[in-house]
Amino acid sequence: MDILNLKGTEDTPTILLDKKNGIFEISGRSLPEDSAEFYRPVLEWIKAYGAESNANTDFTFKLEYFNTASSKLILDVLSALEDIKGMKILWYFHDDDEDMEEAGQEFSELVEIPFEFKTY
Amino acid sequence: MNYIYELHRAMMAQKVILVYEGDFTQETTKSILSMAERNLDSSGEDSSIKRKVFNVMVEALQNIVRHSSEQGMRAGSLLSKSAIFLISRDDKQYSVMTGNPIQKDKVAQLTKNLDDLNSKDKEGLKEMYKEIIKNTQISEKGGAGLGFVDMARKSGEKLEFVFAPMDADHDFFCLKVNISREKE
Repeated sequence: MDILNLKGTEDTPTILLDKKNGIFEISGRSLPEDSAEFYRPVLEWIKAYGAESNANTDFTFKLEYFNTASSKLILDVLSALEDIKGMKILWYFHDDDEDMEEAGQEFSELVEIPFEFKTY
Repeated sequence: MNYIYELHRAMMAQKVILVYEGDFTQETTKSILSMAERNLDSSGEDSSIKRKVFNVMVEALQNIVRHSSEQGMRAGSLLSKSAIFLISRDDKQYSVMTGNPIQKDKVAQLTKNLDDLNSKDKEGLKEMYKEIIKNTQISEKGGAGLGFVDMARKSGEKLEFVFAPMDADHDFFCLKVNISREKE
């Protein structure tokens, strides 16, 4: 299936979803004006991937910052990932960023997917 | 012309780092954030405090953007679109402040929401956040209804607010969010 590759900007994250090479990553900053519009292709890609997913998927979130409108869409992304077998979330946070660590913990309480927490 | 000096003195006295007055869009939001960030970086502020300030600024600015687009469509007057954003820093704290016109008939509900937020402790705010994020839909204006909750959580302090009377239909909603510079 096609690779989804969005280059990050000052208000949108870098997104790379590549089934063949097993790379699934959202990183950087997320504060777009219209978060629903921005994340629509991501949700569509995940939906298509769900029908032909790899045996195991490590999905990486390595966010420096996201606004509240993005947090709702990140939950939508996680909810879409929830139905895919072999899914694991790698949640990265900067080692002194307690708020990002806590945000990951809260998401992990809202969906039924194993989370692994990592610092960078 | 004296007001130039008066404004300058007032800003120095209040230790204002940055003030923006006018029309608010995503583009102005990005410019304001980048100027404020540069200031925080050059002041050598602690990175966890910088992140909290940035966080509160984004939510405060995007609140105004969403709210003023609504106001502008309704009234079409200059008055209804113009808002103010400022950030100040003293030895103890940063203060992110905003002011924008809102319709008088919205004041009671907004007061209730903010009083409700201010009555909650850290755990209470966390529960509120999780409850809203589970049930909310992104509005047409792009908001998730989480901005004030997030500002309260990130700042760890009560949200200060007043409504100044403007005209028959509008009050000027002033909000102040303090972020302590002392590390926990």
